[in-house]
Amino acid sequence: MRIGLFVPCYVDAFEPEVGIATLELLERFGLDVDYPYDQTCCGQPMTNTGCHTEAAATEALFVKNFSKFDYVVAPSGSCVHQVREHLTAIPQTEEVVGVRQKTFELVEFLHDVLKIEDLPWAEFPHRVAYHSNCNALRGIHHARPSEIARPFFSKPLNLLKKVRGVEVVDLTRPDECCGFGGTFSVFEPAVSAKMGYDKVADHARAGAQYVVSSDSSCMMHQKGCAERLGVPLKFIHIAQVLNGAAA
Amino acid sequence: MSEDLAGHEGSSESGMIHPEVAKGADEGERGQDGGRLKHAEAASRPIGSPKAVREPQPRGAKIRGDRPIDQAEAAERFLAAPLHQKAHDERLWDLRKKRDTAAHGIPEWEELRELASQIKTHTLSNLDRYLEQFEAAAKVNGVHVHWARDGAEHNRIVHGILRDHGAKTLIKSKSMLTEECGFRHYMAAHDIEIIETDLGERIQQLDDEEPSHVVVPAVHKTRFDVAEVFARTMGTDPENDDAHYLAESQRMHTRPLILQADAGMTGCNFAVAETGTVVTCTNEGNADLSGNVPPLQIHSIGIEKLIPRVEHLGVFLRILARSALGSPITQYTSHFRGPRPGSEMHYVLVDNGRSERLGMEEFWTSLKCIRCGACMNTCPVYRRSGGLSYGATYSGPIGLIIDPTYNKRKYSTLPFSSTMNGSCTNVCPVKINIHEQIFAWRKVLAEEHQIPLLKQGMMKAAGAVLSRPAAYRAAIGTADSALKALPRFAVYNPLNTWGKAREMPEAPRQSFHAWYKQNRMARKSSTKKDAAE
Repeated sequence: MRIGLFVPCYVDAFEPEVGIATLELLERFGLDVDYPYDQTCCGQPMTNTGCHTEAAATEALFVKNFSKFDYVVAPSGSCVHQVREHLTAIPQTEEVVGVRQKTFELVEFLHDVLKIEDLPWAEFPHRVAYHSNCNALRGIHHARPSEIARPFFSKPLNLLKKVRGVEVVDLTRPDECCGFGGTFSVFEPAVSAKMGYDKVADHARAGAQYVVSSDSSCMMHQKGCAERLGVPLKFIHIAQVLNGAAA
Repeated sequence: MSEDLAGHEGSSESGMIHPEVAKGADEGERGQDGGRLKHAEAASRPIGSPKAVREPQPRGAKIRGDRPIDQAEAAERFLAAPLHQKAHDERLWDLRKKRDTAAHGIPEWEELRELASQIKTHTLSNLDRYLEQFEAAAKVNGVHVHWARDGAEHNRIVHGILRDHGAKTLIKSKSMLTEECGFRHYMAAHDIEIIETDLGERIQQLDDEEPSHVVVPAVHKTRFDVAEVFARTMGTDPENDDAHYLAESQRMHTRPLILQADAGMTGCNFAVAETGTVVTCTNEGNADLSGNVPPLQIHSIGIEKLIPRVEHLGVFLRILARSALGSPITQYTSHFRGPRPGSEMHYVLVDNGRSERLGMEEFWTSLKCIRCGACMNTCPVYRRSGGLSYGATYSGPIGLIIDPTYNKRKYSTLPFSSTMNGSCTNVCPVKINIHEQIFAWRKVLAEEHQIPLLKQGMMKAAGAVLSRPAAYRAAIGTADSALKALPRFAVYNPLNTWGKAREMPEAPRQSFHAWYKQNRMARKSSTKKDAAE
């Protein structure tokens, strides 16, 4: 099974250790993981702003980089949602459709494809608030959102349960958006920041030491908000926790 | 349905309440049994403390003709009024939680949503037939039926009916359709006095402000604001913000106007094709006053309000109040079928852009909306911005996808006032894919150059860099300047809005790319070399 590792631009530039943890974690399961060297971005900043034409060349590059793999795995629900649902600015050839179908977010890849049973190397003895990225939650169905009257399930929490010592705290508004919203964060900065403040306040009130998420983008925004407010929260990607980060 | 001034319920989230807002129980708000009063609609908290700072109510978006609404600017002013913002957010979140409890309490909830959605799909797909059936049944019942192409025609028709009867005063219950038509402003210009009978809507009318929410139109106001409005318009005590005092003052002031009105008007929640019946759902019974007291009654009906049969009503009544307020049903569900003896009854069926919307492949399902407001209550942006920040008849998520159908330029910015988190879609009782339509509108607006040139230019520049690996690497390779430490899209934003309220992320010593090259590519090539040897 050949895996193409997609490291989103945020992760590449700001959170390289998330990319490293993803790579190492996949390798722990004996997978052949390759990182196509010419990769850049999934095209989301442009398509979310309505600028599909402007995203076309970036989308084409993504497909070119990843078409040769059995699976494409990325540590971001948001970027995977873009690829799966919105990579439509270029002609939908067999190759394009194929890449879109075989692109998985790390949590769902571990949970649904590899169906991993245990993580003997992972221990994280801390109180943790899990932050659901909205695209991961409602776009690629990581968990049952609080609005839906169906039985509860959560793939990321199922994985975190396999990590020794993790204590997950309950939030007042468990899946309220944190206000990042991609370009929303710079075009509507006041509302975006207020949502972020409320989010980190909810984490802190719940007694969390760490915020864990499958998306670095939400956490980059929340971290900026927490630092501005002086809320002593630490942020760590789920890939790092599952890979055995000692924190 | 309207905002409740008297309602109170204890909250488990006392830790979230602003100290001024939480302080002290309001003894005036206990029922006869001594318990706290509970009400179905948006519980408000007493501000009470004499030391509480009286914060002026933030006003809505600035309207400048057809120029694009600056929702972000109005939202920023709303956020700068923390008492208002906090009360607004908590009240509406409370409704969302009540909605969850009510919805999750019905095992077949998700099936009900699906059923309601399918009934609407069917009805909208056969709308011409059902409208004709409705008209025929109404005529048999003795109702006069009128058709209005747009808001202006609606207003002219109603004015004509009033003129024919020499009517100078009209009481009406809340109707978003008449807001669309600019009905109150039109009638004011023609010397007809309009009296809103819904309490929240009456507050908004007296304050000469549009409703900020489809169900709770004055939810953005605190009791201080209401006390101020009533003092200004009815001469009440401006220092007294007791809910009973305010509600009773309004009642004493308005009741005689209701009893003496020449004509009455309601909107319509559901129009039943097979019976020709108009159904309204309220918690105050005010639609009944409007429909039953004056000798002339007029019902304004958006053509998308049709449902085929009475049996379908059961599905919608079960989901409407639960979605809106978390209550099983509204206090009053009124069926208007034919004129009372000695009175006259009119229907005005209004298109006002609906036929055109029905032809929009990506957006026609927005016509399924039953105006429950659940998408607003759950929307984190709406709760922190206030409904008036949208500068449009319809605010919140449903507004973002309906408003541009009325005016693409004026409302071109609205679909961007969203994080597209998708919660709106999940609470929608008729399963409108609201957040996907917001996404689709952004594409339409960009293609038609209805987004700012600056924004489109930034995206073009971003696309150029992100599609060229070498350019991308050059841009993020050296992370030592402050500019380069920004997220990619922000780099192209000449106004650095990220850092205003948030700390910048620190750029690490090495990108993942560089790490990979150093730690893995070297190893891989040496492994390959070893294998070759």
